[in-house]
Amino acid sequence: MTRNRKYLEDVGFSLVAILLSFLLVAVIMLILGYNPIEAYKALFEGAFGSSYSLSLTLSKSVPLIFVGLAVGFALQGGLFNIGGEGQIYIGGFVAAITGLLLSHTIPAFITLPVAVLSGMAGGFLWGGTIGLIKAKLNINEVIVAIMMNYIAQLMTSYFVNGPFIAAKSMTPQTEILPLNLQLPKIIPNTQLTTSLYIALIMCVLYGFVMKRTVFGFEVKAMGNNLHSAATGGIYVARNTVLIMALSGALAAMAGIFEVFGTYGRFIDGFSSGIGFTGIAIAFIGQSTPIGIILASLLFGSLQAGAMQMSMMAGISANINNVIQGLVIVFIATPNIIRFAFGKRRS
Amino acid sequence: MPAILMKQISKAFDRLKALDHVDFEVDAGEVHCLLGENGAGKSTLMNILYGLYHADAGEIYIHGKAVHIANPKIAQQYHIGMVHQHFMLIESMTVLQNIILGNEAGRFAIDYAENRSRIDELERLYHFDFDLDKPISVLSVGEKQRVEIFKALYRGADIVILDEPTAVLTPQEVDVLFRILDDMRKQGKTIIFITHKLHETMVLSDRVTVLRNGKIIGSLRTEEVTPKILATMMVGYAIDFDIVKSTFKPGKPVLELRQLKVLAASHATISLQVRQGEIYGIAGVDGNGQQELEGILAGTAKPLSGRIIFNGEDITAMPAAKRKAKGIALIPSDRLQNAILPGMPIIDNYLLGFQHNSMFSHFGILRFNVLKKHADNMVNQYSIKISALEQPISQLSGGNQQKIVFSREAGLNPLLLVAVQPVRGLDIGAIDAIHRQLLQLRDRGKAILLISTELSEIMEMSDTIGVLYKGELIAQRKAGEVTIEQLGLFMAGERPE
Repeated sequence: MTRNRKYLEDVGFSLVAILLSFLLVAVIMLILGYNPIEAYKALFEGAFGSSYSLSLTLSKSVPLIFVGLAVGFALQGGLFNIGGEGQIYIGGFVAAITGLLLSHTIPAFITLPVAVLSGMAGGFLWGGTIGLIKAKLNINEVIVAIMMNYIAQLMTSYFVNGPFIAAKSMTPQTEILPLNLQLPKIIPNTQLTTSLYIALIMCVLYGFVMKRTVFGFEVKAMGNNLHSAATGGIYVARNTVLIMALSGALAAMAGIFEVFGTYGRFIDGFSSGIGFTGIAIAFIGQSTPIGIILASLLFGSLQAGAMQMSMMAGISANINNVIQGLVIVFIATPNIIRFAFGKRRS
Repeated sequence: MPAILMKQISKAFDRLKALDHVDFEVDAGEVHCLLGENGAGKSTLMNILYGLYHADAGEIYIHGKAVHIANPKIAQQYHIGMVHQHFMLIESMTVLQNIILGNEAGRFAIDYAENRSRIDELERLYHFDFDLDKPISVLSVGEKQRVEIFKALYRGADIVILDEPTAVLTPQEVDVLFRILDDMRKQGKTIIFITHKLHETMVLSDRVTVLRNGKIIGSLRTEEVTPKILATMMVGYAIDFDIVKSTFKPGKPVLELRQLKVLAASHATISLQVRQGEIYGIAGVDGNGQQELEGILAGTAKPLSGRIIFNGEDITAMPAAKRKAKGIALIPSDRLQNAILPGMPIIDNYLLGFQHNSMFSHFGILRFNVLKKHADNMVNQYSIKISALEQPISQLSGGNQQKIVFSREAGLNPLLLVAVQPVRGLDIGAIDAIHRQLLQLRDRGKAILLISTELSEIMEMSDTIGVLYKGELIAQRKAGEVTIEQLGLFMAGERPE
């Protein structure tokens, strides 16, 4: 009973936060001399207006779901995985190279899963390293993760600028993957690939693990009270490594499926912040699978509609970053909303 | 004319009525105990007087004058001071700086010499003796509390409210506190003392007011009451204080500690044996190795040397999870920190520590039906008041939380129960229930190691008593063959001949 009430309250707060962000941005648009109604109409049409725009929204949401799950999972265990960005690059790069190397000798139906799994293994190790350093040396995971992000991004950048750059390419990127290695499109001539199904399967799996398994219980217990968890016989150090590793593998999937779906190759700097957006997704979605899907759809639709909005209403597409930023601010500081509605906690 | 008169005070939090038309009266110059169980509304009433909460209805008079206390600053203007359970001190600053904070003498710069001389004068009056230049962080809990009391006096408080001040103190520090309060009474100060301990009320107070479920049950002169009367007023039914213990029939040894070294600072060790059907009580002043011993027995810490033998098996290096599976149950001393998952539902708290037990999980998948049945059983058997198993455990009172921990640990038929401060912070009803459960386990042939700093608890429960001093088991006696005075001497480090 009390739980349901709290749940409704949380959903209410999230909706209000989103609404407030849109209102505030509308005010900014008015001040700058744009018509917010026209702009939002364009934004909506760009995100949901046609089957093409809808598929664009969905395809933008897919990597966010993976990273949202990655961050959410770590959060449930009391760990903060800010290293998603690095894990995306490592995962995408390892998978791309594995795919390219094997595609000449081995049939695609074997190469694809092997490439995906090796990319996930890359993310697993990259994230697990953060957990290992925390568990063994007690160094804050945030600092380690941020440093690992730089290493991952710059290292993959070096590789695709040098040894692995595509022949005769001016941009730093690998060779394009053979078509039979790229994920099939759900709707032809769009960016939406079957990675959407994999993302949804991962959501179901995540929900099951957290709700129904001993491991999920141990993760939640660690997030709730590390000391009680240790006294209760949970191997806290081992689980810290495992949680960060699994979170890394989940984040890596975002990179892998961008490479094998959206782009067809590894391009230097392709993520441009998906890993960090995942943090917002997990917070807004309260680390629940449904919440993460909804938050990903929200941010995905903003990204998808931004282009249309800038074309139709003449506003820079960057305004969607302002909306995203405000949503985060309002969610992260629920007291603003409580204050606005006179529900301050004493 | 009373120093304080609170009339028809009511206060509700959401739908919960914390105070219901409460009348409360304190005379000038008396020590007045505000007695009640946890959650009776004592702290709420005093927080209203101090301006931290606002009453929904009712009036407050100070020395006959109607007042409106909007915040603590105004309370201080009426010479009311309050010492909270959780101290409001700045750890990195010195004693001096903390005392004068907000009341500094000096026009532009702080005139430390002037401040010091004011403090000195007050220290002499009340027999305080602070090292003013020490940072707060190096002080003991008792010293910090004395700084808080002094701070209130320094700000000119005539009426001092103390919220459960003895909960954090060792017996020696309690004595010091009571001497200070006595001094204050002699200087004409009025003291309101919030407590749930009968013994303190009887020793300390001139008058006592009993609160139960937000209502005043009565206000009496202390000389006119007995602990039994007060207890009945507090809990609402007569409590049978006399726990009858059945005769001691020890069986085979279950736990054996062999020269266990727990403190790095000393060479001393602990050797003892706990048998089936025996309660072995370890007495001692807090900080003599109890906490270290607890961690070592739980399996979350390693001893510096020595062995732990359980049923003939060396478990010194065994991790916590496997000890649980072997049948070693633990009630940690710090419930919130080490025993419960505060943000999680009651049912999940029943799972903690037993998540790998084949009853509750198969191949890593949880069996919620079995768990639910077990939790339901425990809640009924130990008469724990909850509204649903899905309720977060943090919503329960401390007593009910502890009953859940106890039933979780004792409920799956352990061979050994290690109970560390099992009744700390609980009210009479809960203490009584836990103690009876401990004795039942003993009568069912379980081995129990009870570690407690409450000497009365050790005396009442134990079959064998050991005294811990600086990491050493300095003395061991059969219950009934040792007096409280002798134990007190051992606790202070005196060796038996």
